[in-house]
Amino acid sequence: MGRTLAEKVWDDHVVRRAEGEPDLLFIDLHLLHEVTSPQAFDGLRQNGRQVRRLDLTIATEDHNTPTLDIDKPIADPVSRAQLETLRKNCAEFGVRLHPLGDVEQGVVHVVGPQLGLTQPGTTVVCGDSHTSTHGAFGALAFGIGTSQVEHVLATQTLPLARPKTMAITVDGELPEDVTAKDLILAIIAKIGTGGGQGYILEYRGSAIEKLSMEARMTICNMSIEAGARAGMIAPDETTFAYLKGRDHAPEGEDWDAAVAYWKTLKTDEDAVFDAEVIIDAAELAPFVTWGTNPGQGAPLSAHVPDPASYEDASERNAAEKALEYMGLTAGQPLRDIKVDTVFVGSCTNGRIEDLRAVAGIIGGRKVADGVRMLVVPGSVRVALQAVEEGLDKVFKEAGAEWRHAGCSMCLGMNPDQLAPGERSASTSNRNFEGRQGKGGRTHLVSPQVAAATAVLGHLASPADLYDVATPVGV
Amino acid sequence: MEAFTTHTGRAVPLRRSNVDTDQIIPAHWLKKVTRDGFEDGLFEAWRKDSEFVLNRPERQGASVLVAGPDFGTGSSREHAVWALQNYGFKTVISSRFADIFRGNSLKNGLLTVVLDQKTVDALWELTEADPTAEITVDLGSRKVLAAGIDADFELDENARWRLLNGLDDISLTLQNEADIAAYEAARPAFKPRTITA
Ligand code: SF4
Repeated sequence: MGRTLAEKVWDDHVVRRAEGEPDLLFIDLHLLHEVTSPQAFDGLRQNGRQVRRLDLTIATEDHNTPTLDIDKPIADPVSRAQLETLRKNCAEFGVRLHPLGDVEQGVVHVVGPQLGLTQPGTTVVCGDSHTSTHGAFGALAFGIGTSQVEHVLATQTLPLARPKTMAITVDGELPEDVTAKDLILAIIAKIGTGGGQGYILEYRGSAIEKLSMEARMTICNMSIEAGARAGMIAPDETTFAYLKGRDHAPEGEDWDAAVAYWKTLKTDEDAVFDAEVIIDAAELAPFVTWGTNPGQGAPLSAHVPDPASYEDASERNAAEKALEYMGLTAGQPLRDIKVDTVFVGSCTNGRIEDLRAVAGIIGGRKVADGVRMLVVPGSVRVALQAVEEGLDKVFKEAGAEWRHAGCSMCLGMNPDQLAPGERSASTSNRNFEGRQGKGGRTHLVSPQVAAATAVLGHLASPADLYDVATPVGV
Repeated sequence: MEAFTTHTGRAVPLRRSNVDTDQIIPAHWLKKVTRDGFEDGLFEAWRKDSEFVLNRPERQGASVLVAGPDFGTGSSREHAVWALQNYGFKTVISSRFADIFRGNSLKNGLLTVVLDQKTVDALWELTEADPTAEITVDLGSRKVLAAGIDADFELDENARWRLLNGLDDISLTLQNEADIAAYEAARPAFKPRTITA
């Protein structure tokens, strides 16, 4: 019987397989950041162990880094301690590190791909749930806990039981202004935040094949929000073109050998998935969340749902709680929701293509009065590219704040936070209670919706800007 | 990780049920960057009360925690196990543990022993009547022994073998060093490297 993409990559990394035991899997790339690594290094130290493969390990600073005054000492003692500990640990053990101020610094899931380290058919792990991002290259990539970080540092392997596989097939043409973000939000709303539990998702179909690498990363990034272990997309010419010439991409004969291997990484015709979901791209529309988990979303043209309309008691309860926290009333048109803050950034939508999309909409327009807009590039490289293309000027002229690279308001571990009761339209991936600051209210949106929302001051799509005849709220 | 064969020590009776991991180690302790030094955070809120059992002079140096049912519920933080170990506990006895906590404890060499509530009650009474009374937890024979108490407990063979030999996940994997080395030797040359020689 044929195998799925996930099964092929899994099988190619089995170091040891024994009856009644989890497979021992080899890890090709281990990404580290300051939050989940300190105790792992401490564990190594306590047991007198070394990092087994320094050449497969790389660290960057992202969660705690400020996006302003990066040359000044970090005020928050906890943030400072985490960054200093990472620097000390990397120096002691010899791990390659890109600290704040370095040209390769940035959100760990933006850095790996842009360096060309994330490659098809590799296993990628990081002590961060959004490691699923790297699956866009046909890599098997997943987040791990701190004890597993220690395990990988010491052995370059992980004992794991193989998850099941789920195909998410998206055929057809995405309508104008409908992006990868809208697609993944719609998928999560459809299958639920637990729908992917125990599975590796494979996104496939003609609509997926047409997407750029950036867009594919946006989709795989949020696989975890559907509860999945990982998300993958089969590598193709788009993948190879993205990788060619990058710092760590293979060269010469190695490139040819790599491409030959990468081309085998497709789900076989006769392979069987454990579950399947089919989505028609043409039916999708700009999508936003109204609740406090990424599955509580709806098309922008819809209304805040009535909790009473849910048959399932726990869903009804969750919706009631969400509306209360979000300060929304059932039946309110989503387009009527006014925001205080617009955040563009994160490992979901902080790449150059996202910034270009935002600039394309906001260029020549102004951020609405009373709205604060933060544009935070996913990495220093993204920032430099944006500056080269003059995007930073576009943002500043529109009245947005152009910041330094990092996770920033995606999780508010640094000073970029919402105040209690403040409402944001955010291109990040989690709208949990308090995620962007205590009491903050988050609506997850695409970069395009974020830009239009910044201009109009309420949730909006680019079409609302072009078509002034469309009355708000319809 | 330290091997666990048998342990004898004085006990702390914790007559509370549903002790969640946030009570074992409050969230603000999670900002620490080491694996040790969590002893002062253990049951922090309760320890502000001088009458709390852990604060009693006769309980100093005790190493066996006898807790109420559903110990270790809530957030999956491994720090809860570290805090108990840092404080000096070698084993925790309860009639029921939360799954994740139990998994974390056995991974870290803290033996969590499940006994029926009647036996737990007997242990409480014993140690409350005589704080110097010693309790022995013998993993070899899977028995808990104390004056007037002789109770068997279950533990799956794999977890028991690992504890008896002091094998954490990493040492277990390293027993397959030859397999890892063979895999590494056969990896294709085109695979990415973060550091180029
Ligand atoms: S950008 Fe947000 S989701 Fe991504 S790694 Fe940083 S905190 Fe996590």
